[in-house]
Amino acid sequence: MRRLWRSVLFLGRDSRLRAWLKPWTDSLNTFSKGHQSLSVVLGMAVVTTVLPFIILFPPFAGFATQGDWVQGFASAGIFVLLALGLNVVVGLAGLLDLGYAAFFAIGAYSYAYGASPFAGTHFPFWPLLLVGAMVAALFGILLGAPTLRLRGDYLAIVTLGFGEIVPVVFRNADTYTNGTNGISGMYRPALPVTGTFLGLNPVPYYITVAVLVALAMVFLYRIQDSRLGRAWMAVREDELAAASMGINTVTTKLLAFAIGASTAGLAGVFYASKVTIISPDSFGFTVSFTILAMVVLGGMGNVWGVAAGAFVVYEIQSELLKQMNGFVEHLNLPPINLGVTTIDLAKVDFLQYQFLLYGLALVGMMLLRPEGLFPNRRRRAELHDVDDAEAANQELVEA
Amino acid sequence: MSDSPVTPVLRTVGLTKQFGGLIAVRDVDFEVPEGSISSLIGPNGAGKTTLFNVIAGLFDPTSGYIEFMGRRVVARPERSWLEPVLWMTGPAVLGASAYGAAVAGLSALVVEFLLFAALIVLIGVLILASVRPTWYVDGLVRLGVFKSARPNDMVAAGIGRTFQNIRLFANMTATENVLVGMHDQLRQNPLDAVLQTRRQKREESEARREAARWLRYVSLRGHDDDLARNLPYGDQRRLEIARALASKPKLLLLDEPTAGMNPSETEAMMQLFARIKSELGLTILLIEHDMRVVMGISDRVTVLDHGEKIAEGAPAEVRADTRVIEAYLGKGAI
Repeated sequence: MRRLWRSVLFLGRDSRLRAWLKPWTDSLNTFSKGHQSLSVVLGMAVVTTVLPFIILFPPFAGFATQGDWVQGFASAGIFVLLALGLNVVVGLAGLLDLGYAAFFAIGAYSYAYGASPFAGTHFPFWPLLLVGAMVAALFGILLGAPTLRLRGDYLAIVTLGFGEIVPVVFRNADTYTNGTNGISGMYRPALPVTGTFLGLNPVPYYITVAVLVALAMVFLYRIQDSRLGRAWMAVREDELAAASMGINTVTTKLLAFAIGASTAGLAGVFYASKVTIISPDSFGFTVSFTILAMVVLGGMGNVWGVAAGAFVVYEIQSELLKQMNGFVEHLNLPPINLGVTTIDLAKVDFLQYQFLLYGLALVGMMLLRPEGLFPNRRRRAELHDVDDAEAANQELVEA
Repeated sequence: MSDSPVTPVLRTVGLTKQFGGLIAVRDVDFEVPEGSISSLIGPNGAGKTTLFNVIAGLFDPTSGYIEFMGRRVVARPERSWLEPVLWMTGPAVLGASAYGAAVAGLSALVVEFLLFAALIVLIGVLILASVRPTWYVDGLVRLGVFKSARPNDMVAAGIGRTFQNIRLFANMTATENVLVGMHDQLRQNPLDAVLQTRRQKREESEARREAARWLRYVSLRGHDDDLARNLPYGDQRRLEIARALASKPKLLLLDEPTAGMNPSETEAMMQLFARIKSELGLTILLIEHDMRVVMGISDRVTVLDHGEKIAEGAPAEVRADTRVIEAYLGKGAI
């Protein structure tokens, strides 16, 4: 039984499966090591083309139409971007940021000021992507600077405060932000050939977000393997030793905040252009928390893992749960009579249990697979020393 | 004071470090001659590690200063009040002109713009003050504002160190640890990394080759891709030395490098120190408890007790010094 559990939970670690796949994974690994950026782009291209067709098959086909799925994928892409950015701050530099949604909000409002009837401006979408990223990066530095002396719990509390301050400012500065009502009627992006993106057709958004995610991944992989990426990891591992090796911890941490925030700003601009209406309520603590949960569930510190984790979590929370109600109603389960009360699964609104399920998933995850769904080598080694020793013994016995 | 003919690499003058009521280091004058191996010894709690940390820029001295290669590098902050005053002048001028504009009845737009500018300037100065680029620090020094150095400033000046309880980057590989040690040598910036410029690629591959060389130098060949935490204890100590050497220091500070080692490991370590001194031409200052090491390789020994320097000189002289014997074994031993 234990073995079965392990082979399910640690699919990638099953020795027989691994041995069988070894020739393929080995050549894939050598290729991706030599051509990292190319393999990221190819991987994203494959995923992007395959996804809209996978969902034509059961069980996915029963949940929603292809158009709805692709619409959902485009929104999921936003959260993938956010998770990639937060991964820099939390996963690489080890700075626990609980107010990350603030930068998402700043990116979204940057677009609102650049291209909406409310602001009376209409700049094109593409340069505004860069502007949004830069504005968010600037605020990342501003909010990061006062927290530089803080670590761990204290840092988390201060960033939590910032995460609350930003939406509150947007809510209360009515004259500039239209308060609780938010800013609506944002102009949609346009391309020279295809013209303006239409709200009903999700495909252009889907492709745009896939390109943005691929770019972000390439950039982050490259930075991770450079002087700056190593400095981030060193600061995460031991700040004092890092400083004693010549790393300027101040600039290093500020750059982590800035680069993380700029990714969120990018996501914010895209989000604003897609939903065309933003209000301060869309950037509360739950968003920050969701992104953090995505990073942790996906596998902190691993770019692909975090992206996949964010995608899976988003699809479950916003697509599967939404369709769950209809799906269960279809099953025609009889109500269970418990005397005191009756449980009728058909009448349960699964969407309401979103955070309960989150909580359960997180607890289960921390107990069974603390390194996340798709961890990097480093973190797996960190959290699974005993298991590896066991596995090594097992292999010795078998040999 | 010593009358050594060689110029000192490091000189501390009247160095004192006080923690609340405890004076950990009291008025210590000592120097490390260039190209020597010097040892700092003393009973537990004598202030050796505190002195190390002050030299490495971890603590500000309470008084006194440090000269490295003839240049004053660490001191008690002097006239540091001038810095915040300087920060405030820009925003204050802008704020005052905003007030003036309001009084003069200029349009609200002008007033708001000036207030906004004041805020931006204030934030900019605060960032500048925390990032402290070289030109900013140099400018302050020119104005007579002296700020104490931070650890990374000391590495830039040419001081490398290891720690008493090993502080490697446990979840990074041996190579990556050494690469972090080379941080200051690398010239690439994040934009180079993102664009994978030719400069970046060349520098990275050269850096990796050099990291491998450093690992071989401390006899860690074949452990390049092992996580630091998985290395045996002795190898972790060696890796820490490789990491410190990678920053190309002129002075190497070793805090109890042979602690917890068996005699043959200690012997190998001593040979490594001798090689570092002769082949790389480094000056070494070490804290050590193992008297065989101290007496075996030191050119010069300094003894601290209760934060004060009680003896200094060649190993044999120090060993015969009555105050040293007294500090180690108590008054009755003489």
